[in-house]
Amino acid sequence: MALLAIEGLSVGFAREGRFARVIPDLTYSVEAGETLGIVGESGSGKSVHALALLGLLPQPPGRILGGRAVFDGHDLLAMPEARLRDLRGGRIGMIFQDPMTALNPVLTIGRQIAEPLIRHKAMSMRQALDRATDLLALVGIRDGARRLSQYPHEFSGGMRQRVMIAIAISCEPALLIADEPTTALDVTVQGQILDLMAELRDRLRMTMVWITHDMGVVAGIADTIQVMYAGRIMERGPVNAVFASPRSAYTYGLLQSLPHGARPPGGRLMQIPGAPPDMFAPTPGDPFAPRNPFATPRCHREAPPLRAVEDSVAGHMVAAWYDLPRLLA
Amino acid sequence: MGRFLLSRLGDGIVAIWGVVTIVFVVSRLLGDPAILLLPVGATEEQLQALRAGLGLDRPIWEQYVTFLGGALRGDFGQSFQFMRPALSVVLERMPATMALAGSALLVGVVLGCVAGSMAALFRGTIVEGVVMLLALLGQATPVFWLGLLLILLFAVDLGLLPTGGYDGPMSLVLPALTLGTFTTASIARLLRSGMLDVMKDDHVRTARAKGLLPGTVFLWHIARNSLIPVVTMVGILAGELLGGSVVTETVFSWPGVGRLIVQAMEAKDFPVVQAGVMVIATIFVVINLFVDLLYGLLDPRIRARR
Amino acid sequence: MRAVWQALTRRSGWLGLFGATLLVVLVLLALFGPWLDLPDPTRTNLRARMVGPTITWFSLGAHPLGTDQLGRDILSRIVAGSRVTLMVAGAAVLLGGVLGTLLGLISGYFGGWVDRILMRLVDIQLALPLMLLALMVVAALGPSLRNLIGVLALVSWVRYARIVRGQVLAVREREFVQSARAIGASHSRIILRHILPNVLTPALVVATLELARVIVLEAGLSFLGLGIQPPDPSWGRMLADGRTYISSAWWIITFPGLALMLTVLAVNLLGDWLRDFFDPRLAVR
Ligand SMILES: Nc1ncnc2c1ncn2[C@@H]1O[C@H](COP(=O)(O)OP(=O)(O)O)[C@@H](O)[C@H]1O
Ligand SMILES: [Mg+2]
Repeated sequence: MALLAIEGLSVGFAREGRFARVIPDLTYSVEAGETLGIVGESGSGKSVHALALLGLLPQPPGRILGGRAVFDGHDLLAMPEARLRDLRGGRIGMIFQDPMTALNPVLTIGRQIAEPLIRHKAMSMRQALDRATDLLALVGIRDGARRLSQYPHEFSGGMRQRVMIAIAISCEPALLIADEPTTALDVTVQGQILDLMAELRDRLRMTMVWITHDMGVVAGIADTIQVMYAGRIMERGPVNAVFASPRSAYTYGLLQSLPHGARPPGGRLMQIPGAPPDMFAPTPGDPFAPRNPFATPRCHREAPPLRAVEDSVAGHMVAAWYDLPRLLA
Repeated sequence: MGRFLLSRLGDGIVAIWGVVTIVFVVSRLLGDPAILLLPVGATEEQLQALRAGLGLDRPIWEQYVTFLGGALRGDFGQSFQFMRPALSVVLERMPATMALAGSALLVGVVLGCVAGSMAALFRGTIVEGVVMLLALLGQATPVFWLGLLLILLFAVDLGLLPTGGYDGPMSLVLPALTLGTFTTASIARLLRSGMLDVMKDDHVRTARAKGLLPGTVFLWHIARNSLIPVVTMVGILAGELLGGSVVTETVFSWPGVGRLIVQAMEAKDFPVVQAGVMVIATIFVVINLFVDLLYGLLDPRIRARR
Repeated sequence: MRAVWQALTRRSGWLGLFGATLLVVLVLLALFGPWLDLPDPTRTNLRARMVGPTITWFSLGAHPLGTDQLGRDILSRIVAGSRVTLMVAGAAVLLGGVLGTLLGLISGYFGGWVDRILMRLVDIQLALPLMLLALMVVAALGPSLRNLIGVLALVSWVRYARIVRGQVLAVREREFVQSARAIGASHSRIILRHILPNVLTPALVVATLELARVIVLEAGLSFLGLGIQPPDPSWGRMLADGRTYISSAWWIITFPGLALMLTVLAVNLLGDWLRDFFDPRLAVR
C-alpha cells in the first residue's frame, strides 16, 4: 500500500509581479518500505515539492495551487497546520542539503536533538538527552555524552550532517525525506553518509524519498528512480530498468554525464548542453525539447503525458513522444 | 575566557585612566582655580597661599600625579558648595540616578523587545508600519522636549502625575518614560531587522521541520539568535542613557548625579563636577564590561574565539 | 543611476527621499529666512506677551505660532534658530569629519604604535558619555559659538576615525595600492589618490548619522544654558525659557521642539537610506 500518494500537486511562485508554476501538475506515490530516488538538475522543483508537502514552503512568495498528498490515509495539504506539525519531525523526518546552516549556531547539539523528542515523545529534557546520546552513537558519533554540550561550530560538515540525521530519525519516522543530504559534503564523506543512511533505513524500516542531482548516488541507494525536469516527471521506474534502458532523452543525458561506470554502451561523458527552462516564461510542449537533440516537431508543440513503457518491466514509465532505443540504435 | 576577561578588565582600567586624564586636562584649561575659588577682591597673598595649599605652584606633571593619586583614592577634593568631600556628595545622589537610568533601561529593553518582535512577527501589516513609524519618531525626539511634552500632557493637562521632584514611584514614571524612549525605539528597530534576517535562516526551517510549536520556534530559534546584537546595542545605549540623564534630571528636577553636575558647573564647584564625571564614566565602563560578558554567554562562537 | 533608482523605489527609499526633501526645505528656510518678511526675532513686545498661535486654515495672522514670554514672534525665532543650529551642526560635522577621517587614514595606513595610540584614544573617548564630555569642555572654555563648534567636532571625530580606519585596512592590501607602492609612490600620494576615494563614502554615511547626534547635543547644551547664547535664538534655549510658562503657554515649548524633531527625523531618514544604499554593514555601531 502506498505510504505517500501525491496527486495533482501544483506549486507556484510570485516574483517581481510575475508568477511561475514551478510545479504544474505532479502525481506519484511511494510504497511503504520503498526508497524513491528523485533526480534532476538544480531548479527542477525537487526541493520545492518536498517543502510544499510538509508545509514548509515560504508563503509568500510560494503558493500551493492545488492537489492532494495523502500520507497514511490523510491529506497533508488539507489538514490543519497543528496536525501537520504533529507529523513533522514525528512520523515524517526531513534532512536538508546544507549542514553548515541547518543547525542553530547558538544552541547545544544536545538541545537540538532533544527538541523533537520532547515535542513528539513527551520526554523530559533529561530523558531526551539520554536518548540523544544513543542517537549520536547510532549515527556514528563517538563520545556522545560529551559532544551533546557542544555547539555546531565545534563539528565538521560531515559530523553536522550526522547530527541532522540523528535529529530526523530521533522519533523513528515512517517516512524520511532527504533533500540532497550529501551534496554539500566532501566526496569521501558523501560515501560514509550514504552508507550510514542505507543502514539506518534498513534497521528502522523507513520509507525514504532521496532527492539528489547525482545519478550515481541514486544507483547506490534507491529502489525506484524518478527523473524530474521543470517540475514534471520525465521518467520513472525500477533503478535497474531505467539505468539499463533509459527512455527519456533527459535521463539518457544525465546518465551520460556520470563520471564512471553505469553508463550505457556507446555513451560519451558530457554535460547536457543548454540551460534549464525559465519557469517564468513557459513554452508549450515538452520542456526539455529545446535542449533535446532527438526532439521531434511534436515535442515542441505538445507536452507528452507520462505513459507506461511497453517493452520494459512493470512500473517503468516515461513522458516522451519519441522511442529512444530506436533513435539510439 | 579567563584571559579574555582579564584583557577586557585591562581595557576598562585604561579607559578610566584616560578619563581621569581628560578631566585633569580640562580642569587645567579652566584657568587658575585659585581665582575661581576665592571671593572677588581677595589679596595677592591669599591667592598665593591658596595656590600653595592646592599644590598649584608645583610643576604640571607633579600636579597630574597628585591628581591621579587622589582619583585612585576617590579623593577629588572638597566641594566648595557643600564643604564636604566631593565624592560623598556625588555618591549621595547615585541612588536617584541609578533608579532613573535603571528603570529607563528596563522600559527600553522590555518595550523595545515587545515592539520589535511584534513588528517582525506581523511584518507587512499595519502593526509593523505603526511600530516602525513610532520608532523613527522616538529616535528623532530629543529627550528634553519629550520630557516637557509629557509634563504638559500628563501633569499639567490631565493632572495624573507630578511634574517633577523625587517622592514615590509615581514621580519616577514620566522621567523613566522620557529617558527610555530613545532606547525603546533603537532596540525595536534593531530587533525587528535582526529577527527578519534570522527568520530567513536555514536553521529556522529545520526547527519547523521538527514540528516544534510556533512559540518554541520563535523563542528559541528566532528571538534567542536575534538577541546578540541587541546586547551590544544596550552597551552603546547605556552611554546615551547616562548622558541623557543629565538633561532628563534637569527637566524633572530629579536629584541625581546629572543634575548635580549641571548645578555644580553653574556654581563653579569643580571638584564635584570631576567626581561626578568620574563616577558616571566608571559606571559606563563597568556596564560595557558586563555587556561583553553577556555577549560571550549568548554566542558560543564568540566564546570559543576568546 | 539605475541602482539609485531601484534603491529609491524601495520603501526605505521613499522615506529617504522624504527625509532629503524635508532637509532641503529646512536648509532653504534657514538660508532665505531673512528675506521672508517675518517679524524681527529679537524684538520684544511686552504688550503682546504669550499670544497664542494665530494660524488658522485660512490665514496666518499676526503671530502664526504665537509669541513667547517677552512677546517675540515664535515663528521668526524658529526660522532664525534653524540658521544657527544648522550652521553650528554643519560646521561641527565638517570639522569632526575632516579630523576623524584624517586620523583614521593615518591610523589604518601606518598601523603600529600610531594606530594603537589613536585607537586607544577612541576607546577612552567612547567611555565618556558625549553629553558629559561636551558639558565639561564647554564649561571649561566658556560657551562661545566658536567653542561650541569646536567641542561638538571634538566629540564626534571618533566614529569617523574608527570606520575610516577599518575601511583603510580593507583597502590597503588591494592590488592597486600594492602596485602603487611597488612603483615607489609616496605615502601621501598613495593615501590621497588611492585610499581616500575609497573611504569617502563610509565617511559620508557616518557624517549624516553624526549630524543628527550633533544637532541634538547642541540643543541639549543650549537647553542647559551652555550652548548658543542669547541674543542668538536657539531651539534648545527657547525650550528652556518656555519651561517656566508650560502651564499657561504650551506653544512656547511645542513648536521649537517640533522643529528640532523634524530636523533630526529628516537627517535620520536620509542617513538610514544612505547607509542601506552604500553599506549595510555600518548598521550597528
Ligand atoms: N523562494 C523562492 N522564490 C522564487 N522562486 C523560487 C523560490 N524557491 C524556489 N524557486 C524556484 O522554484 C524552482 C524550483 O526550485 P527547487 O525546488 O529549489 O529546485 P531543486 O530541484 O534544485 O531543488 C526554481 O525555478 C526556483 O527558481
Ligand atoms: Mg534543491
